[in-house]
Amino acid sequence: MPSPSYAAFDEKDLGAQVLLSQYKLRTSGDAVTVRQAVARYMKEHGATALSVTRFATAVSEIARNAIVHAGGGEFSIYVDPRAKQLTVVCWDKGPGIEDVELALTDGYTSGGGLGRGLGGAKRLAKIFEIRTAIGGGTSVLMSVNL
Amino acid sequence: MPQSATANILTVLDTDFKGIIEEWLGTQVKEGVKRSDLFSDAESRNQNRELLKAFSKGVRDGVTGEDFDFDDNQWDDLRAVLADVSRERVNRGVTPTEMATFVLALKTPLFKRLEAMLDSDHGVLIRDVMLVTRLVDAFAIYTNEIFILEREQIIDRQRQEMLELSTPVVELWDRVLTLPLIGTLDSARAQEVMENLLQTILERQAEVVIMDITGVGTVDTQVAQHLLRAAAAVRLMGAECIISGISPMIAQTMVQLGIDVGTVSTRSSIRTALSDALLTVGYVIKKTEGQ
Repeated sequence: MPSPSYAAFDEKDLGAQVLLSQYKLRTSGDAVTVRQAVARYMKEHGATALSVTRFATAVSEIARNAIVHAGGGEFSIYVDPRAKQLTVVCWDKGPGIEDVELALTDGYTSGGGLGRGLGGAKRLAKIFEIRTAIGGGTSVLMSVNL
Repeated sequence: MPQSATANILTVLDTDFKGIIEEWLGTQVKEGVKRSDLFSDAESRNQNRELLKAFSKGVRDGVTGEDFDFDDNQWDDLRAVLADVSRERVNRGVTPTEMATFVLALKTPLFKRLEAMLDSDHGVLIRDVMLVTRLVDAFAIYTNEIFILEREQIIDRQRQEMLELSTPVVELWDRVLTLPLIGTLDSARAQEVMENLLQTILERQAEVVIMDITGVGTVDTQVAQHLLRAAAAVRLMGAECIISGISPMIAQTMVQLGIDVGTVSTRSSIRTALSDALLTVGYVIKKTEGQ
C-alpha cells in the first residue's frame, strides 16, 4: 500500500485480498503495462473474453486519469483466490476531485477528453469505489470476479 | 621506494603480455563467459589482445600518482576498442553480466603475477593490488555503460521502426484507402496516423477510408476520441470513413463507456467494409461464371 493518506484505501478495505504486483504510473506506456498485466492475469484464471475486455478498459481509464490529471501515481493488483476476485487500486497524489458526482457524470470533462472515462469505468467494474480529498489525492478501487 | 605506483603493474604487463592474455582467456572459460558459441578462439584472443594493449597504454600514460580518469585522452584507445568489442557483443546477444565478468576476469592473472613478483614486499603488493582493482573495476563499469548505451540505441531504433510500421496507409482499390491499426493508439501515434492518412487522401484522391481496428486490443475513451477525431477530419476532406473490426467485446464495452459514434459508419469486419467501400466508388465483386 502507498503511504497513508486520507484518500487511500487500507487493509480493512481489502479484506482477504493478497497483493500480487505493484506498478508506478508515469507515462501513458505505464497505463498500457498495467492494463496488460490485469488482462494477462484474468485470462490465465479463466475470465471470459468479454469480462477481460471490460475490466481492462476500466483499468485503462483510471490509470490514465491518474497520469493525466495527477501527473502519475501508483497501481496495485490484489487477488482473493478463494472468493475468485481481482481488485485493483489506483492511487495518486494529485489535486483531488472537487465534485465526485459531477466527475462521474457523462460528458463532464476537465481535460478536453470525451468525459466518459470515470463514469464508464464505474459501469464496467463490478465494484467501484472512489476516495478523494482536495489536495490529498485520489484513490480508486475496482473489483471484478474471475 | 622512489618508483611510480604503476611501475610494477607495467613490468608485469610488459614481461608476460602473451601469458596474461592466455590466462585471461582461461579465466573467461572457467567463469563460463567465454562465448565459444558466438566467437571463435581467434576472435576472442584478438579482442583480448586489443583490449589489453589499450589497457597497458592507459596505465602507462593515464595514471598520475594513484589517480586516473577514464575520460582523459590517455584512455581514448581503450574506450574506442571497448566500444567496438561491446557493440559486437551486444549484437551477438551477450548479456551485461557476461560482459562485466569478462572484463573482471583480468584481475586474476594480474594479481598472480604481482604476487609472484612482490612476494617479499606485502605493503607494495597490497598497494598495487588495490590499484589494479580500481583500474579493472572502472574498466568493467565503463564496459557496462557502453553496453547499456548500445542497448538503448537498439531500442530507440526499434521504436522508430515500429512507429513507421504502425501507420501504413494502403490503397486497396481506386479511391479506397485502408488504415490497419495495431496495438495501442496513444496521442503521439494518433497524431502521426492522422497526418499520414490525410496526406494520402489528398494524394490518392480517396473517396472512402477504412480504419480497421481488429488489431487494437482495448478501445477506451482516449482511443475512441482519437478515432472519432480522425473520422471527422476524413469527412472534412470530403471522403467517407468506415471504422471496421469492432469485435462483440469491444462493441459492448464501448456502449457501457457511453461512447457515441454519431454518424460514423462502423462494420464488424474489414470484409463487409470493403464491399461497402467498393459499392460507393462504383464497383462490385462478382463471382466468375462456371466456378
